[in-house]
Formats: sequence, structure tokens, C-alpha cells
Amino acid sequence: MLLNQFLLLSAVLFCLGVYGVLARKNGMLVLMSVELILNAVNINLVAFGAFRTDVGGSVFALFTIAVAAAEVGIGLAIVLLMYRNRRSIDLTQADLLKG
Amino acid sequence: MQLLAQVSSETDLYVAQNIFFAVIAVTMIYAAFRVVTTANVVHAALWLVVVLAGVAVQFLFLGAEFVAVTQVLVYIGAVIVLFLFGVMLTRASMGDDETVAGEKRAMAAIVGVLLFAVMAVALVDSFEDTRVDIDGPQGVTEVSDAIFSQYIVPFEAVSVLLLAALIGAIVVARKD
Repeated sequence: MLLNQFLLLSAVLFCLGVYGVLARKNGMLVLMSVELILNAVNINLVAFGAFRTDVGGSVFALFTIAVAAAEVGIGLAIVLLMYRNRRSIDLTQADLLKG
Repeated sequence: MQLLAQVSSETDLYVAQNIFFAVIAVTMIYAAFRVVTTANVVHAALWLVVVLAGVAVQFLFLGAEFVAVTQVLVYIGAVIVLFLFGVMLTRASMGDDETVAGEKRAMAAIVGVLLFAVMAVALVDSFEDTRVDIDGPQGVTEVSDAIFSQYIVPFEAVSVLLLAALIGAIVVARKD
């Protein structure tokens, strides 16, 4: 199989995730788009690991999965806190720091 | 697709794999598209399951079976449940919600398409028809050996990070 098959697939997923992060204003949906981006990165890591016949790609993909799990936990806590404080998770309303 | 056909004619061995890859890839891209465009938050979470399962299949293609199993356990098992809990705790209605889409969709689409164009040109230019030869699955033994010898310091750092994230989530979400 070609290396580029996997890399291009992961590029498509990454760009769809970037679109989701930019276009969505619901906090949960932005977190889901971030998951898309992280999964695209994981495909890249494993593909290059298989290409170089190096086990490091898989190891770093596992680390990324652990970090993504931690990120989802913290992100959900923040979204829940935001919902509790202002009864909405619309990110466009979170503009306290806007100049 | 042209590149795929080329490889298929060179080695008949990979035809079935390439067809299967194409089916999975198209499914994943459609599901990812639905994740970022659907107006229903619960549906977005369920489409995300399809994408995550597809990623697990891609890991199997690449011979990384342990990563694929971890993907299913951690992502589909735990992260999606967390998302669905989050949806339940933050929203009363489960139906379509037209307010989830931002006003700057056109600009975001332009950014996404341009980013993909740059990446695709760079990738096609640098790895034109580089082959990745997968000779059998990568054993769990090798992965664990690498984690507990060469990568022991990052492993410990990740465990501390998970502990910090756990405590941080409790502190942030606690009522007082």
C-alpha cells in the first residue's frame, strides 16, 4: 500500500476538524472537532511508524490517546462550568476577555 | 485513484486491501463531514463513533493492533460516553438545534480547503509513490518493551498528566 493513502486520508480528517473548530459555536461540537484533529495526527504517527518499521510511532500514538483523554476530561469540565454559570455553551458569548 | 490503480496492476496481492481501504476511507470522510455539519449534537457524537472505528481499522491496516484495540477501548468506550454525558448535562432538548453553526462558516470552509490544498501538494510532492510494506502485525511485546525501556520517562510524564487532569477536572467542575 502507498504511504500517501494514509497521509492524505489523515489530511482530509485534519482539515474537516479545523473547519469544525472554526465554524461551530457549540462547545461540545468544538471538542468533537478537536478529537477529529487528534485522530488524524494518530493516523500519521502510526503510518510513519509502519513506514520506518519503528515501534516509536505506535508508542507515541498511545501517548496521544492518553493526552486526548485528559483533554476531553478537562474540556468537558470547562464546558459544564460554563453551562452552570451562564446557562449556555455558546462560545460566541464567552467574550469577557475581548477588547 | 490513479496511484491506487497503478499499485494494483503492479502487485495483485494488494487489490483487496486497496478496495477495502477505499471503502473505509470514504465512509470515514463522509462521517467526519457529518460530524462537523450536522445540527444535532447527539448525531454528531454518533457520527464521531463511525470515524473513530474507521481510524481503528486504519491502525489494523498498518499492523498496529495494540493501538487499534486501545483506540476502541479508550475512544469508543470512554470518550464517546463522556461526550454523551456532556450533551445530556448541558442541553435539555435532544433534537436539531440550528444555533450550533457559527456565522463564519464560509471563511472556515475556505481555511479548511486551502489548508488541505497545501498539505496535499506537500504530501504528493514528497512521498509520490513511496510504499509502506506491512509484514504482519506488530506484537504487543515490542510495544510494551519500547514503552518500558526507551520511552519510560514520557510514560511516567503521561501518568502524572492523567492524574493532574483528573484532579483538575474535579476541581473545575465541583460545586461550592
